[in-house]
Amino acid sequence: MEAKKGKYGLYGGQYIPETLVPAVQEVEQAYDAYKKDPAFQSELRQLMENYAGRPSLLYYAEKMTKDLGGAKIYLKREDLNHTGSHKINNVLGQVLLAKKMGKKRVIAETGAGQHGVATATAAALMGLECEIFMGKEDTDRQVLNCYRMELLGAKVHPVTSGTMTLKDAVNETMREWASRMEDTLYVLGSVMGPHPFPMIVRDFQKIIGQEIKEQLMQMEGRLPDAVIACVGGGSNAMGSFYEFIPDTSVRLIGCEAAGLGVDNPKNAATIANGSIGIFHGMKSLFCQDEYGQIAPVYSISAGLDYPGIGPEHARLNELGRAQYVPVTDAEAVEAFEYLSRTEGIIPAIESAHAVAYAKKAAPEFDKNQILVVTISGRGDKDVAAIARYRGVEIFD
Amino acid sequence: MTRISKAFQNKKAFIAFVTGGDPDIETTEALIPQMAAAGADLIEIGIPFSDPIAEGVVIQAADERALKAGVTTDKLFDMVKRVRGTVDVPLVFMTYMNPVYTYGTDRFVKRCAECGIDGIIVPDVPFEEKEEISGACVASGIELISMIAPTSNERIEMIAGQAKGFLYCVSSLGVTGIRSSITTNIKEMIDHVKKVSDIPCAVGFGIATPQQAQEMAAVSDGAIVGSAIVKLIAQNGRNCIEPVCQYVREMKAAVVSASCV
Repeated sequence: MEAKKGKYGLYGGQYIPETLVPAVQEVEQAYDAYKKDPAFQSELRQLMENYAGRPSLLYYAEKMTKDLGGAKIYLKREDLNHTGSHKINNVLGQVLLAKKMGKKRVIAETGAGQHGVATATAAALMGLECEIFMGKEDTDRQVLNCYRMELLGAKVHPVTSGTMTLKDAVNETMREWASRMEDTLYVLGSVMGPHPFPMIVRDFQKIIGQEIKEQLMQMEGRLPDAVIACVGGGSNAMGSFYEFIPDTSVRLIGCEAAGLGVDNPKNAATIANGSIGIFHGMKSLFCQDEYGQIAPVYSISAGLDYPGIGPEHARLNELGRAQYVPVTDAEAVEAFEYLSRTEGIIPAIESAHAVAYAKKAAPEFDKNQILVVTISGRGDKDVAAIARYRGVEIFD
Repeated sequence: MTRISKAFQNKKAFIAFVTGGDPDIETTEALIPQMAAAGADLIEIGIPFSDPIAEGVVIQAADERALKAGVTTDKLFDMVKRVRGTVDVPLVFMTYMNPVYTYGTDRFVKRCAECGIDGIIVPDVPFEEKEEISGACVASGIELISMIAPTSNERIEMIAGQAKGFLYCVSSLGVTGIRSSITTNIKEMIDHVKKVSDIPCAVGFGIATPQQAQEMAAVSDGAIVGSAIVKLIAQNGRNCIEPVCQYVREMKAAVVSASCV
């Protein structure tokens, strides 16, 4: 997908202050070297298998399939990874890279807290200091994850600037990195930011799609007809899609958070409503006003509550290779409950966006066709919020 | 000779920054000529951005105030055009790439030229990405100001070699904001620049006191002050003009005294 280093068509790039350029170039050079280093790759594979619990299951959702009466549905169970989401894949790679680079400390942004928890976990495992930046609004709605990070030895900084959500957490982590990069690596959580992060995160996440392909080949002897994943910045989706990009018979479908609806100002559907801009180090699509002020987006899902999308997704969308669909809060909550009841799997509210679309789409497919839905994380963290959404007050 | 070059001609420059439209357009419009009269040799006008990643809390808050007050890029262009009718001080926009790109980069830079803007500083466009905007600047005669930082080291020659107007030397790691001390070896940075270019070098980030301004100007061609001025505006609101001008006079005197060292 990369025509020129760090560019995906016209998207991507390295739009960062001069202070940070040498730090980002240092990551680029280190990654280029370790990517080809068999010892690094073998150490990472060990961690993925013996610590994260890979490969994750590809589970045939038989009840859901029968209930919907269309395509055969498989769930890629990233929720079963250690720490409960796909975020661990990227973080083990990046924190290992940080350690090899001789860094003593990692910093990261987090939305729902999954990337923060994963980073804190990997830092604890590898003996690095860890500080997490999280929007104040998200620290309020994800209290459990905050405490989890602290248990893991990380320091959590609630971010009170701007809209106090994920984009502000990214701003603050960049500011922190600009003030201290000598001993610190910014472990970016999604396929976004300046080059090389979109590439690094995709490389560490592409194992999801590789496993889907291999597992489905064993179980069904064929490729899927569609791969469906939720998209905020887009790391689990890029990880699920990447292996299938050359297989043009496989439809790639990203599910964006439409909040209260794509026509309601309270949404975070970047492909549906965004326009090209340059922000957070990259040229990509963003929700913004006519003067380029970034929009205060909204979703029930803290992990999808982001006004942009990774540059490679913007490119896949432009090429028509992947398709992006909006899913509302209401549809996601309904799918959250549906998967819990139907399959006994409580998905993350982020992943429930993909489940919601699969529910809608499955009946339109033939019974001999196969849909794979990536369950990017587990939903324990969301139980209190869903209860609140349904008018039940529980204390988590 | 451009207005920016004149600002550094045979003297050290005091450069003042204000966030455009903080607390409102009228105040900024009144401040600019008054700051020029009080001795500012060049004035940077920040176009507020929702997510200013290179700014510390003081300028972040100013951007929020200005946006809340309804400031837009077009309103700032109109204001600059009116001010340019009354002052000859060089005026430089400082903003992020997104407001420029979204406006249409060519259209934005052309309007800068029409309104009497002399240069533009875009902190999230480093050397490697400067083609994003440099062509449009050359076409319209707007000087694209480059930045070097304490981390630039061997990049300095490459950046300085192509720099226009003046070189913005970032004094410290991190973001804009008042600092009690500046620990970077600024003289070494500037010496490095002067080996390859005679472009004027002004030091910014962290400067607040006359003593700091004097120290920085002594080893460079000028001092840039933002957060300390913006803080006075935050404290005094629409009544900020007199305290800001008083401050500008003190800082200018400090910079001038550096020339005599």
